[in-house]
Amino acid sequence: MKLPLPPLPTALKPKPKRPGEAERVKPLDQVKEAGISTVDWVDERTSLSGAARWTMFRKVPKGTNWFYTLGSATLFAFLSQAVTGVFLAMYYDPSVTNAYESARHITNEVFLGEFVRGMHKWGSTVMVILVCLHMARTFFFGAYKYPRELNWVIGVVLLILTFVMSFTGYLLPFDQRSYWATVVGVNINGTGPIVGPFLSDFLRGGAEFGATTLSRFYAIHMLLLPGAIIALIGAHLYLVARLGTTAPPWLQAESGDGIREENV
Amino acid sequence: MADGRKEPKSKYTMDRGMPGAFEGETVTRRRFMTATVHGAGAIAVAAFALPALGFAAGSALFDRPPVEWKPIGATSDFPDDTYIPRVITEVAGIGQVGKTTIYVRARNSDDPPPNPPGYDEQFIAVSTRCMHLGCPVRYVDAAKRFICPCHGGVYDFTGSVEGGPPVRPLDRFYTRVSGGQVEVGARYSVNSEFRRHPSYRDPAQDLDGIGQYLYPGRFSTPKMD
Repeated sequence: MKLPLPPLPTALKPKPKRPGEAERVKPLDQVKEAGISTVDWVDERTSLSGAARWTMFRKVPKGTNWFYTLGSATLFAFLSQAVTGVFLAMYYDPSVTNAYESARHITNEVFLGEFVRGMHKWGSTVMVILVCLHMARTFFFGAYKYPRELNWVIGVVLLILTFVMSFTGYLLPFDQRSYWATVVGVNINGTGPIVGPFLSDFLRGGAEFGATTLSRFYAIHMLLLPGAIIALIGAHLYLVARLGTTAPPWLQAESGDGIREENV
Repeated sequence: MADGRKEPKSKYTMDRGMPGAFEGETVTRRRFMTATVHGAGAIAVAAFALPALGFAAGSALFDRPPVEWKPIGATSDFPDDTYIPRVITEVAGIGQVGKTTIYVRARNSDDPPPNPPGYDEQFIAVSTRCMHLGCPVRYVDAAKRFICPCHGGVYDFTGSVEGGPPVRPLDRFYTRVSGGQVEVGARYSVNSEFRRHPSYRDPAQDLDGIGQYLYPGRFSTPKMD
């Protein structure tokens, strides 16, 4: 048996609403709404929510599987390289006489230096592997075909830029391995007929490996290429959102009447 | 018109009835303004992009470092049947990185005369830069050969390729004798007949046959005297 609650004292009773008065907004509700109202404030002035919806809530084909995550994995490898690279640049000194010493200082003396440098070093290898896997996925799934040819072309440019990134970054620790690998790499560039000799002069900043070679590689590695890569990743992602992803090729064989799209 | 096609428009703005048209004027003001704005934009971009490109490539491609003659020892230090190693500074101001080993000996009767003559009359200074991809070769006296550790390039006593991937004999340095001292100058390249190419080529650039045309001399050839 349920007993009725004792009556509240008059002072604690909620005051009845006066006629004509709007519902008062309580502070707790204001806090709850703060996030939404901030987003609303921005959206009212930018209309970004439409773009965000367009990018994120896309129809994806049936059969989408784990292989489709290789592109995102590559993107995160790049983000990891960008972040660790920015912080390595705070300690690194790209001069011929101090580069090796500053790299040694990062590894041996800076707090977490070995970890961050290791992330950048091994991350570069991971990124090259992921880029190649992503490219293989695209190739074997036939995802380079009409209308996605341009995205394939952008992807190939990104692949080359990733390799140039690896090549220019390899010199920066400035140990024996870096030095001789760069000598060999620049000379390979020099084997191109007619333009080769001038290309290798341009890379070295002169006829001999000199004081400017290292700073030249450093500028290419941390200013020129990241900008180009970020711009091209933007174009790459725009085209993915614009054109959508492909169904895996084995689904075509199963159903004769084309592939149903499902809203996920 | 009966067939629905329009009469082609006159190229003169006056004929087209544009307000304020001049006699003989063919470019509309809209087109003129568009071209002006595009042109101004192109000039503004070129004003910073071209100097930046020239800055990046100019001195890298066109600077010609002056040659400094470096004494490496007395004439009696160098026999004609083996090489004596010497360390010289090829690029000044960058510490150990700018140094390189060279192998020096006196010219003997088996050597062809210097071609063209004028330098290297008495001594031959051989570079240790492998002509495959630039690794450092080392002279092995027992074998009388230069051996490259990277990809197995082998050169005979004169520096000619005997095996492996190198495409031409080892580079040399100009030598002269001054006050009883042997002095070395700039690097130069040779083809398989030891003809001197003062504009030295990078490794892997052939100097025989079609190679001498595929790999032209660089603008940054060292300035002799």
